[in-house]
Amino acid sequence: MIVPWGETRLVQGNEAVALGAIAAGIGFFAGYPITPSTEIAELLAQYMPLLDKKWIQMEDEIASISALIGGRLAGSKSMTATSGPGFSLMQEGLGYACMTEVPVVVVNVMRGGPSTGLPTQAAQGDVMQARWGTHGDHPVIALAPSNVKECFELTIKAFNLSETFRTPVILLPDEIIGHMRERVVFPLEEDVHVVPMPIPDVPVEWYEHYHESTSNVSPMASFGSGYRYHVTGLTHDVHGFPTRKESEVIAKMERLKHKITRRLDELEDVQMHDVEESSVVIFAYGSVYRSALAAQAILRKKRKTVGIFRPVTLWPFPDRTVKEMLDSKDVVLVPELNQGQIIHEVERMTRDSVRVVPLHRIDGYEITPEEIVDAVMEVI
Amino acid sequence: MSPTIPYEYKYLRAKKRFPHVWCPGCGIGIVMGSIIRAVDAMGWDKDDIVMVSGIGCTSRMPVYVDFNTLHTTHGRGLAFGTGVKMANPKLNVIAVMGDGDSLAIGGNHIIHAARRNIDITAIIVNNNNYGMTGGQFSPTTPPGAKTSTTPYGMIEPGFDVCKLMDGAGASFVARGTVYHVTELDNMILKAFRKRGFSVVEALAPCPTNFGRANRLGGPVEMMQLLKDNTINLSQQKAMKPGQTEGKIVRGIFVDRDSIPYGDRYEVLCENARKAAEAKK
Repeated sequence: MIVPWGETRLVQGNEAVALGAIAAGIGFFAGYPITPSTEIAELLAQYMPLLDKKWIQMEDEIASISALIGGRLAGSKSMTATSGPGFSLMQEGLGYACMTEVPVVVVNVMRGGPSTGLPTQAAQGDVMQARWGTHGDHPVIALAPSNVKECFELTIKAFNLSETFRTPVILLPDEIIGHMRERVVFPLEEDVHVVPMPIPDVPVEWYEHYHESTSNVSPMASFGSGYRYHVTGLTHDVHGFPTRKESEVIAKMERLKHKITRRLDELEDVQMHDVEESSVVIFAYGSVYRSALAAQAILRKKRKTVGIFRPVTLWPFPDRTVKEMLDSKDVVLVPELNQGQIIHEVERMTRDSVRVVPLHRIDGYEITPEEIVDAVMEVI
Repeated sequence: MSPTIPYEYKYLRAKKRFPHVWCPGCGIGIVMGSIIRAVDAMGWDKDDIVMVSGIGCTSRMPVYVDFNTLHTTHGRGLAFGTGVKMANPKLNVIAVMGDGDSLAIGGNHIIHAARRNIDITAIIVNNNNYGMTGGQFSPTTPPGAKTSTTPYGMIEPGFDVCKLMDGAGASFVARGTVYHVTELDNMILKAFRKRGFSVVEALAPCPTNFGRANRLGGPVEMMQLLKDNTINLSQQKAMKPGQTEGKIVRGIFVDRDSIPYGDRYEVLCENARKAAEAKK
């Protein structure tokens, strides 16, 4: 037994990601070493052969994500783990997976950038790269854990969402979350929901690789299952063959968009604390959310009430809920481990009368509760 | 009387996907014919074949064959193929690539596929330039040759694909041409039979771009060049050292038995499990 079902353990964030992948039924891992994500690859190299699952270290990150897509097309749930520079290289494959609608999971343990940056230190600098890193319009799902238990849970969720929406899902822990150790009470195996790989049930001659179903997603056949089809990164018709026909191009692109935008309710995942009763709200995700919780407690002692709005799913951005909950506030403080990325989304969803205040930290260290308290006291 | 349909047709998406994109006089279609004849000789089920490719003229081939087909990003065919083969080792993976796709942007992937000895057959159609984008130079453009990006002549030395693959550890390495079709059929068949990473380089004309830029004539003249400029291994043996100058050698250069990656991985799993049980 690799996943300690029902037990309590002291676990590292990256370790919890590896265990979550096993719990979700990973069949194939392809990766390339990069700090601070390496523990995920190392642990899976240890676990996966024991379960007769396939693990490979490729020659670079481009090869890794390419192999991943090949692996899923051949019928194995696939995941890779990387960090900023490797994530940049993977953008080519991410775009291909979006376009060809192959479900894969990409873990990006965020470190300081740009370029080689701060390899062993924390940042939230890849939030926008996760959204817009690959070229062209494309759907994106990205999740940001804030503790070790969530690393386990959200990895399983990432696999589930990727299978449900037939699209790559990005897990975005920052280095602090990836490297921290916490006590985790693991659930019982029967309490964990794992989405199996959907399998088409239509006769071979009826199969459309990109069937226009009402959910905008159709079950994907695996290579070798008897459904022979074509896969290409070129814009394609419902069978997967290249097309430049206006109606088919538009249909493809609209469906790619709608499969996310018309099912936002299934994707939205936010946590709110005292938002309704507060005129000042801290908008925080990842490791910063932890500091925000601590800051809220300190402020409570000072008899100041502040709310916390925390998106667990970063992309698609929770537009409607942000508008509904934050549009009437006086101040929204957005502390981030970057020079201001998600803050633009908050600004986009709030009217001009709401003061949206940034708090940056870019030296590779955490934003402390005290820094948030000071920033709140300044704006109150 | 209805005309007899050649058996190759059953491997083609003949009704839906033709005419193809290749120019008149292009050699890629001939290589596709060789692949199909070799597949037929192997007796493989179409459901068990994955043809994977990258980007370029050769990489358009998967559209036309009725297998599981995967047209990927530039240079990455072998990386995608590695994932396919790992996830389902029962599938027969054929990677088709051009010279630019496999050796420039995909250079890293092909040397590591060879080193790993993953059980994939790579077929490289070498037409000495990037055809799809309008005839730019590639890693196999001969020195001095003119292309759209070497208007004053090519100054870089080219790769010898077969030597490169030999050095990188491939199990089977051969070079043929689209003029010597029977020979090419046999090379591809032997490559399919080989367990481990096998490579066949097929020299092919590109009259539209490379031929025109270098005034090599039309399709017929370029075919003649493949005949005149190449010799096989026994011809090479019979010739004196000086006589072989400027000739390209055809033949099977490497045919060795080494354990494919998949077999090694299976052993690894077995050993890992045994070690874990011993610990208990």
